[in-house]
Amino acid sequence: MKIGVFVCHCGTNIEGTVDTAAVAAASREFPGVVFATDTMYACSEPGQDGIIEAIKEHKLDGVVVASCTPRMHEPTFRRTLERAGLNRYLFEMANIREHVSWIGKDREANTNKSADLVRMAAAKLLKNRPLFSKQFPVNKSVMVVGGGVAGIQAALDCANGGLKVVLVEKDTTIGGKMAKLDKTFPTVDCSSCVLGPLMVDVAQHPNINLHAYSEIEEVNGYVGNFEIKVKKKASYVDWDACTGCGLCVEKCPSRKATDFFNEKLATTKAINIPFPQAIPKKAKIDPDFCMKIQKDKCGVCAKVCPSEAIDFTQKDEFITENVGAVVAATGFDLFDWTVYGQYGGGKYPDVITSLQYERMLSASGPSEGHIKRPSDGKEPKNVVFIQCVGSRDKSVGRPYCSGFCCMYTAKQTILTKDHIPDSQSHVFYMDIRSPGKLYDEFTRRAMEEYGANYIRGRVSMIYPKGDNLVVRGADTLMGAQVEIDADLVVLAVGAEASVGATDLAKKLRISYDAYGFFMEGHPKLKPVETNTAGVYLAGACQGPKDIPASVAQGSAAASKVLGLFSQDMLASDPQVSVVDIKRCIGCGKCIQTCPFGAIKEIDFRGMKKADVIETICQGCGICTSTCPQGAVQLQHFTDNQILAEVNAICRF
Amino acid sequence: MEIVNITKSYDSSFVKQVEKESGQNMSHCYQCGNCTAGCPYTFVYDQPVNQIMRLVQAGQKETVLKSKSLWLCATCESCTTRCPNNIDVAHIMDVLRHMARREGYAPVPTVKSFWDSFLSSVEKHGRVFEIGLLASYIAKTGRFWTDVDLGPKVLPKGKMHFKPPQIQGKEEVQKIFNRFKEESRK
Amino acid sequence: MSDSLNYAYYPGCSGTGTSIEYDMSTRAICAKLGITLNEIPDWSCCGSTPAHTVDHTLSSALSARNLALVEKMNLSTAITPCPSCLTNLKTATHRMGKDEFRDDVNKLLDTPYNGGVDTKSVLQIIVEDMGLDALKSKVVKPLKGLKVAAYYGCIMNRPPEVMNFDDPEHPMAMDNILTALGATVLPFPLKVECCGASFGIPRKDIVMSLSGKLLDAAQDIGATALVTACPLCQMNLDLRQDQINSANGAKHNIPVFYYTQLIGLALGLDEKELGIDKLCVSPRKVINDIGAEDAS
Repeated sequence: MKIGVFVCHCGTNIEGTVDTAAVAAASREFPGVVFATDTMYACSEPGQDGIIEAIKEHKLDGVVVASCTPRMHEPTFRRTLERAGLNRYLFEMANIREHVSWIGKDREANTNKSADLVRMAAAKLLKNRPLFSKQFPVNKSVMVVGGGVAGIQAALDCANGGLKVVLVEKDTTIGGKMAKLDKTFPTVDCSSCVLGPLMVDVAQHPNINLHAYSEIEEVNGYVGNFEIKVKKKASYVDWDACTGCGLCVEKCPSRKATDFFNEKLATTKAINIPFPQAIPKKAKIDPDFCMKIQKDKCGVCAKVCPSEAIDFTQKDEFITENVGAVVAATGFDLFDWTVYGQYGGGKYPDVITSLQYERMLSASGPSEGHIKRPSDGKEPKNVVFIQCVGSRDKSVGRPYCSGFCCMYTAKQTILTKDHIPDSQSHVFYMDIRSPGKLYDEFTRRAMEEYGANYIRGRVSMIYPKGDNLVVRGADTLMGAQVEIDADLVVLAVGAEASVGATDLAKKLRISYDAYGFFMEGHPKLKPVETNTAGVYLAGACQGPKDIPASVAQGSAAASKVLGLFSQDMLASDPQVSVVDIKRCIGCGKCIQTCPFGAIKEIDFRGMKKADVIETICQGCGICTSTCPQGAVQLQHFTDNQILAEVNAICRF
Repeated sequence: MEIVNITKSYDSSFVKQVEKESGQNMSHCYQCGNCTAGCPYTFVYDQPVNQIMRLVQAGQKETVLKSKSLWLCATCESCTTRCPNNIDVAHIMDVLRHMARREGYAPVPTVKSFWDSFLSSVEKHGRVFEIGLLASYIAKTGRFWTDVDLGPKVLPKGKMHFKPPQIQGKEEVQKIFNRFKEESRK
Repeated sequence: MSDSLNYAYYPGCSGTGTSIEYDMSTRAICAKLGITLNEIPDWSCCGSTPAHTVDHTLSSALSARNLALVEKMNLSTAITPCPSCLTNLKTATHRMGKDEFRDDVNKLLDTPYNGGVDTKSVLQIIVEDMGLDALKSKVVKPLKGLKVAAYYGCIMNRPPEVMNFDDPEHPMAMDNILTALGATVLPFPLKVECCGASFGIPRKDIVMSLSGKLLDAAQDIGATALVTACPLCQMNLDLRQDQINSANGAKHNIPVFYYTQLIGLALGLDEKELGIDKLCVSPRKVINDIGAEDAS
């Protein structure tokens, strides 16, 4: 093999602490190397052209580029080789930026280490073989998990693009958190009026198949060909028959069921439809409160149902859906603020969450849009808003900013003034975070036009005094301790990963961060991709996000899916494990250790053997180190290739 | 108010010293004001506690050490318990008091006199001799009217002894104080 | 299991003087409840607040001398009624976990202390080691009709990392004890707000304000008595109640018990033994009303 080596300056990023010309000179002595040079920017167009010219001029059949991390530019240079007529796997990269120049200042040591890394890359390259992808067909349908605004947007964009969409929602209706909001910032338009039509579109779209009150049970398969088991939870109502007429709800005598849609501000019936615009508009029984299910008494709903849809014996049901891609859009949940004992820890009824306040403001809420204190139903005059409850607070394990609380609090002060003109809102804040189009103007409007009193400081405690609550905080700009006698306190509770998010991540084999938010493929360049091919993200499941950002991500994820499905066949990655059937003794250890279920047992002339399903194998290499016979080899990372690198570095 | 020339007045060794003695990282404070909000003593402070924290961050040694607030903190632990950044603020206040003492600041003389009287009582007797403590405090401050109204409430109930406590180990306790003074001189 | 209820006992200086009734009632109820108190022989002052405002090594040394004495007694746990003493003992233990600091402290001591003694409040062992059921079973005179507010003070539970007992914002230990004794415990909103601590002598105005707020809050919720677990809190609220009234133009007349005194009354112990007569604001009426049909 004739190897060419290209040592990149990366401007001063590498050249600043590495003598790239000296690395090139040293490389010329390495086995197989016939050409070596330094280059200003290897990834630039002239840089790539230089590589192609050198390949042709020196008849190179292998290339090493010593530059940055392969995560960024390995695909770039592989394409360069292909343009010069070489197989893309006859290429190696030595990372002399992240692993050398950025982490050490000693130019001589850095130069030596860079040369060593090039020596290793060249040694491996000598053992490289051309590899070729295989083609496999794609199932052009997509599953969207989560029916909040991000999932709805992703589902509609995919469906409008001609794809079959399976939308899975864990609650009985889609709409997510947005359906609970009264108004949205910065336009103060009605949330359900904006969202409602989209929800109807989902219901009516011929390409969308909605499974509400369902959850993902199991995920098998791979990009282009996923097989997903969905649990349809028992609602005790035959939804094919249910027309959503609501007669059952009206007649149900059990009134103490927990009203999750109204954030527990009120109670609801044991059989219930969460809100009038629910999609699908179907009734569900809460078995904990149903007298028929609990005590075998009542059964009124079954008697009054005109379509005989009630089924007290209904069980969870499992179905399987085959799709080619998945969009996770599972949203967020609210931080459990009751850990703040200094705010009453949930003991004071007139300390509520911002989402409870939304329900209170909403005309479809339990108080029909009237702001009433939970304790005595009185209309509050002094309303205190506390920001950053469960955000930017290390002491409760939530050091991150939830991003949208500043904005919804400003909105809620405006709505408070609209609802109760003689009211006064006070907002305790640390910093106002409003970097969006018309956002900062909106917070200014809350102060300037609606008279919200913004106080810069945290609140240390809330305690009851008579019928009211005393809120004791600081005004750090005034340099003072302040107290406000509040009628109602609204906590701007931060966002956290939704319940069950990490379980879903494990099933989808995608990564999540320390707080349970799903990890994007690249923080800047792959915001809606994951590190698992065919799985995409949209909305707050990736991190706290407001509505416009969630919608944008929903559309972005849909465009990625549509892009993926623009081809009929997908190319598999040849960097997968291969079993040498002669050496395999059929012990099955690789089958047990494979985290992807990519190895199956086959019968070969009456003998048990392992066989890798190429399309499922992710190339992690666990099987290769498990196999006692060395019979499984990961292509492009064979034992011989890795040992060649080790030998190159351990020469003395 | 005067212009604070940060280039000239920022005392980095002061910041480092506070961090070393308290074991706290001053940069963790993001000035939310929660310590001030919860501090029962803010009403008598000349600098609210979050501003003490800010002044330390800003290396304003003299302004911090001459602050009355240091002497009016009761170490009630409200600030430490509720700090969102897990900073032991009360510990920092304690350390600042130590530094102020070493540098000779005592802007609230009655408090210093009381604490000094208390400790000399412990040093002398091994335990606190309450009447002796009060007498010593009055002698130091000249505030002879201190709590005279309480005498008739306490004395007839036998809650205060006229004789100092007698413990065998009082020399041992004195030695603690002596060694401490020796160590401090080092 | 009274075998296990065996502790080294550190009364604290005020227990011999201004809070003598706390010490008396603690000893009396422990005897009745089968809790063995072994007073640490020749114990000395923990240094209280003044010591830690001067230096942490000195403060810890004053505490550690006592902990070293406990080690000699072959007892694993030392208990004290006083939260201020407890804070100092616990903080010393906590800080002496670091080698360098421990060496500095031991340089000041005749007998070095190397750790191993657990420290708790009497309150904590009653709730955790003995248990409320056991306490309840010994009640002979329930405190029926007594409407109390339990006030814990600032350092019984804070900072939680050091004190490691009960909820730092809404402690319930005394509330639960008093409920077990049959009293009506009202939700006191300022359970952990500071009373003014030791500023009574050098800055009386501070105590007038802070303790004044506590008395106001107790009155607001309709409490007929306050219950404390801290000598300094009790002194500020009880002994200084007249001063507070004249400073703030208030007319409070709220007796301030130690919780141990109320346990004693419910156990049927003699008032004399519990030092009830040592309280400044007379609890006579409140005590007489106990058990009266519908005291309100």
